[in-house]
Amino acid sequence: MQTIDMATTSLRDLNATLQAQAEATNQTAWEIVNPKGSHAIAVGLDAPIEVTVKGSTGYYCAGMNKQATITVNGSVGPGVAENMMSGTVIIDGDASQYAGATGHGGTLIIKGNASSRCGISMKGIDIIVHGNVGHMSAFMAQSGNLVVCGDAGDALGDSIYEARLFVRGSVKSLGADCIEKEMRPEHIALLADLLERGGCDAKPEEFKRYGSARQLYNFNIDNAY
Amino acid sequence: MKDDHSSAPRTVPIQSATFSNPVNAEIRRAAATGIYDIRGGGAKRKVPHFDDLLFLGASISRYPLEGYREACDTSVTLGTRYAKNPIKLDIPITIAGMSFGALSGAAKEALGRGATLAGTSTTTGDGGMTPEERGHSKTLVYQYLPSRYGMNPDDLRKADAIEVVVGQGAKPGGGGMLLGQKITDRVAQMRNLPKGIDQRSACRHPDWTGPDDLEIKILELREITGWRVPIYIKVGGARPYFDTTLAVKAGADVVVIDGMQGGTAATQDVFIEHVGMPTLACIREAVRALEDLGMHREVQLIVSGGIRTGADVAKCMALGADAVSIGTAALIALGDNDPKWEAEYQKLGTTAGAYDDWHEGNDPAGISTQNPDLAARLDPVEGGRRLRNYLKVMTLEAQTIARACGKNKLHNLEPEDLCALTMEAAAMAKVPLAGTDWWPGKPGTTF
Ligand SMILES: Cc1cc2nc3c(=O)[nH]c(=O)nc-3n(C[C@H](O)[C@H](O)[C@H](O)COP(=O)(O)O)c2cc1C
Repeated sequence: MQTIDMATTSLRDLNATLQAQAEATNQTAWEIVNPKGSHAIAVGLDAPIEVTVKGSTGYYCAGMNKQATITVNGSVGPGVAENMMSGTVIIDGDASQYAGATGHGGTLIIKGNASSRCGISMKGIDIIVHGNVGHMSAFMAQSGNLVVCGDAGDALGDSIYEARLFVRGSVKSLGADCIEKEMRPEHIALLADLLERGGCDAKPEEFKRYGSARQLYNFNIDNAY
Repeated sequence: MKDDHSSAPRTVPIQSATFSNPVNAEIRRAAATGIYDIRGGGAKRKVPHFDDLLFLGASISRYPLEGYREACDTSVTLGTRYAKNPIKLDIPITIAGMSFGALSGAAKEALGRGATLAGTSTTTGDGGMTPEERGHSKTLVYQYLPSRYGMNPDDLRKADAIEVVVGQGAKPGGGGMLLGQKITDRVAQMRNLPKGIDQRSACRHPDWTGPDDLEIKILELREITGWRVPIYIKVGGARPYFDTTLAVKAGADVVVIDGMQGGTAATQDVFIEHVGMPTLACIREAVRALEDLGMHREVQLIVSGGIRTGADVAKCMALGADAVSIGTAALIALGDNDPKWEAEYQKLGTTAGAYDDWHEGNDPAGISTQNPDLAARLDPVEGGRRLRNYLKVMTLEAQTIARACGKNKLHNLEPEDLCALTMEAAAMAKVPLAGTDWWPGKPGTTF
């Protein structure tokens, strides 16, 4: 286990060190102490390493992650795992706005709640939230899966494309072009896998599925407000 | 006796200036279809522009340099504030971001080839980076857009600079649109969306909202790219003083201001013609912001929107810009709207020079299309050669003017080299109305 202390190491040196880890590194376990809410911790990683952040972080923790598994023993600020490509990001606490924004792949697990715009513009990522998500979550979500074990706020899935949304609790309101959809066996199977990967204590049958009505897919004047 | 009116002169029919034929035709079109007009290109209305400025040249008080002989440096370095590797260009004319999707792969390649031959940079666009473009561009600026289509850290690290796009002059505050007919398998795959559906490009970034967030976003981008490459911020011409100030505060190395004449691939006509400020009105305000921060020439300013000639380039430099960027003009150099396709333009209900339905993907010149048969009409090598020639001519023109003003470097041109033909241009450019020593708003004067 390598430990990097942010009380004595600059953000630049921290990220440069983690980014320099090659595919075949044998130093696979890293621990970051004293993060003190810093922004842009462990961004742009591209190696199958395991990073544990001992504390809470600011904006864009684990941004654009590839391959790495990053665990935060605390809460995260806005834009955690934004544009993630692959790998896994696990947040023990809560996540602020735009969690997993535009993520292209990988898995983001939030054990607490996520704030507004969780999964905004997601492009293939899987996001599993143990608690609730705030308003405008999955806005313009293109593909991937968003699982919410708690409740969803207003305007869930507004202008959604092909992403799949699974919510166990209540949905305050659905956004434009987002509708409830039938849970077919393939969705139950998919969700069972997601719940297992997310370490969630929930049954797929308890969830409802939401997705696109595909009414906004082709431009027409009624869509143009 | 009754007056005989039969042979009296009649009132001639007068067309209304307000309800002109084009206006009425648009009302009828709207009434028939219920759909507003979407098109490519920039504002077509006449607005105060560089044509309303003139250079004074040399006279007794200033002596000129010799024609094409004496040296006149055109090089520029962009991104000197924070980047380890600033961009060094031979000429201060860059190629603006135009998306693969809006343009064909061959057109993007041609832009890369031409820019590289001319010693300048080209820019990606909405939809991400294509290998053709990266491969043929010595210096490539990677756009970081609200849609994040095709956005990934590998391409980000392949870029020579990153341009965070906040807005475009054609549509400050607007997003984009790529209609289904242009969404081929390749375009769809790059954007993670199904083929054939109309793709909306978001009007605001998904993971930051204001200048304070933007500052942190830029920190993240720098951390991911190791502080190597410059970060530009591009804004539409709207509030150039404040936008420039905030961009500098957020940590930009370079500010790009795109005025309302700037082209777009597809936007509502009402947006193109009625939102944003003329390019001319943006430059001095942006420069004033940089000067107030003590950052003029520390943070470089790139200006775009309606730049066509070396005279336009020289005027931008004289008003304080470090470089310019061209979109529409580069497409015309490649062959867009060439009269040789007139018969085909007629079939599309338009004429060479007016063709702007780029979003429909039927471009006879094969540039703004994804149709392989049409795209094959553009030879990227020949296109690159034409663009190189055009950039060379613009550069020679700008040098000619600079030498006539006694400058051995394009960037030494200054507002004192200019006068304005109209009050409006004088006010916007803050240079004297021709024949006076005054402009509206000149400090110490009243108007
Ligand atoms: C076909 C086309 C596509 C464009 N695509 C983009 C884009 O993807 N991103 C962007 O920031 N600007 C885009 N623009 C705007 C240009 O980057 C630039 O601001 C503008 O073309 C400059 O004005 P000019 O066309 O008068 O030279 C596009 C312009 C055109 C003509």
